[in-house]
Amino acid sequence: MKIHEYQAKELFRQAGIRVPRGIVASTPVEASEAFRQLGQPLAVVKAQIHAGGRGKGTVAHNPAQRGVQLVRNPEEAFQVASALLGHPLVTVQTGPEGKTVQRVLVEEGCRIDRELYLGIVVDRAAALPVFMASTEGGVEIEKVAAESPEKIFKEHFDPSRGLQPFQVRKLCRKLGLAGTSAKAAHSFFTNLCRFFVQHDCSLVEINPLVVDGDGQLLALDAKVNFDDNAAFRHPEWQQLRDLSEEEPAEVRASQAGLSYVKLNGNIGCLVNGAGLAMATMDIIKYYGGEPANFLDVGGGANTQQVTEAFRILLADANVRAVLVNIFGGIMKCTTIAEALLEAYRTVGFNVPLVVRLEGTEVEQGRRILGEAGVNIITASDLADAAQKVVQAAGLGR
Amino acid sequence: MSILVDKKTRVLCQGITGSAGQFHTKACLEYGTQVVAGVTPGKGGQEILGVPVFDTVEEAVRQTGADATMIFVPAPFTADAILEALDAGLKLIVAITEGVPVLDMVPVYHEVRRRQARLIGPNCPGVITPGACKIGIMPGYIHQPGRVGIISRSGTLTYEAVWQTTQLGLGQSTCIGLGGDPIVGTSFVDLLELFDQDEQTEAVLLIGEIGGTAEEEAAAYIQERFRKPVAAFIAGRTAPPGKRMGHAGAIISGGKGTAAEKIAALEQAGIEVAQTPADMGAAVKRAIQKRR
Repeated sequence: MKIHEYQAKELFRQAGIRVPRGIVASTPVEASEAFRQLGQPLAVVKAQIHAGGRGKGTVAHNPAQRGVQLVRNPEEAFQVASALLGHPLVTVQTGPEGKTVQRVLVEEGCRIDRELYLGIVVDRAAALPVFMASTEGGVEIEKVAAESPEKIFKEHFDPSRGLQPFQVRKLCRKLGLAGTSAKAAHSFFTNLCRFFVQHDCSLVEINPLVVDGDGQLLALDAKVNFDDNAAFRHPEWQQLRDLSEEEPAEVRASQAGLSYVKLNGNIGCLVNGAGLAMATMDIIKYYGGEPANFLDVGGGANTQQVTEAFRILLADANVRAVLVNIFGGIMKCTTIAEALLEAYRTVGFNVPLVVRLEGTEVEQGRRILGEAGVNIITASDLADAAQKVVQAAGLGR
Repeated sequence: MSILVDKKTRVLCQGITGSAGQFHTKACLEYGTQVVAGVTPGKGGQEILGVPVFDTVEEAVRQTGADATMIFVPAPFTADAILEALDAGLKLIVAITEGVPVLDMVPVYHEVRRRQARLIGPNCPGVITPGACKIGIMPGYIHQPGRVGIISRSGTLTYEAVWQTTQLGLGQSTCIGLGGDPIVGTSFVDLLELFDQDEQTEAVLLIGEIGGTAEEEAAAYIQERFRKPVAAFIAGRTAPPGKRMGHAGAIISGGKGTAAEKIAALEQAGIEVAQTPADMGAAVKRAIQKRR
């Protein structure tokens, strides 16, 4: 789960991690008022969307307007906020349609002596969280990782003990932090590691981390992702979640307990199991088609959930054919067959439907579909199913 | 022969009184698995499906001689259930539960290693030696005793692979689902070491997916010292970066963990890579023929 920069910074502040003073605004008037309240000669107006690359991103139909901009008076704050709020911002991570800006963060400016990078993720191979730091702040860290990995310094830490003082000393030497800055790094780095663990994060990133004019450290940006699996012990996440940032069909699917990801193709897929669902997308592509989605109905889904899955698929206007690929394990083929008939009755299929069933209760499932006399194309195996659905999509409406 | 489990394995089920635990205990019993005990705190003294239920794992192990466990307890309690099994001295722990927080698994992973036990999962279908012992949620009837060892990060995609090798008459020695989470107890390499020693296993099929570097590590190991024919399939060639494909572990992030990188590493190690998921069984056959 992703949260906004202004939310991440508020959580940082509560955890004793230094961030610039800032005020979130959802109207241009609020933005100019925020500038006055900050009372500084300079402020930054930052678009709040769930995507990176905002500084270089531009507003659709207004390419002169970037997602992050310096302002020098309340009127400028008003103007920039007007140009951003309610408009889609297009960045390298949003896709061409962009994401609509609903809030801006107005933040005081600061003197920047140096820009560093900090990040924490779980390193799968070591099965430990890893703290990463680099002198190459303010630029794309993926690029640094690919071109000069020796410039990224890593320290693993035990979640229950956190980052140790000697590890901070090692990092400070490598980052060239001394005196006041090294002292600041001790509390900053250890607090950030504690934050990662306490909030069940899957990613924490500060790019750039700034050394200001006084040698103090300051998180100029903040990116925080949470581990969805830990939601049960974080009821506070409910308030932080911004559903308007998520694909509506994906929200609808997650409410029904389904795992759905919208893609750009025209062949809808309904599969049980994540690995098989990915493999089904792959084989559609192999035979020349384009999958419209990833959809895993899971093992324990009932008829209602599977019917909802069909509704979500068929609501996608791009879909020209649907492939149902089920290898029943926990999921019974009869459940799928009944849901399919229910969807037929209540939603109606306006596109060709290819069905491949195998596994638990396959004979009964096939019989249910056969006796209902509905118009479906049956397939004998995975390759047959993929070829038939690709062909059907070509011949569709 | 086979690896990990056989006819003598005595299985315990943690969470046996829950609906999933009960349903799958029944299926395992029907398959012929020796399920000797169940554990649910507060429900000790009952009997379910003819299996005695205990309050603690320690008690269950002492009274029944169980030597492996399958865990169906809800995700918030899974880490604790694994630690309890370790404390009771169990050396094979199969955690089926999905949705365990990643940071819960960090201390558990290291405790499993420290005690030299083996954890399969979490978020996995389990392990099966066809005709002998099934610990998990896979449909039994698609399997056939035979000569292919299967290791997979997925569930239903494994069934697809099993079914293909059964249809081709190859059969399986042992099949293991590693689990779809970022941190799982057992890696491809851990099991390749076991399959290398197992006489029944003539070839191995690896089923990987996007995310992480487990497949690249397996490729390096195979190139260096694995002697048997290997085939592989990687799911997620068409997955877009930054999107979690159902499994918490199946995500391409920072340009790492793509299918293309994994396939290149496997091919370089001389592994027969299936072009589509419909080609997995045939790829095993080709790998065996190439070696002859």
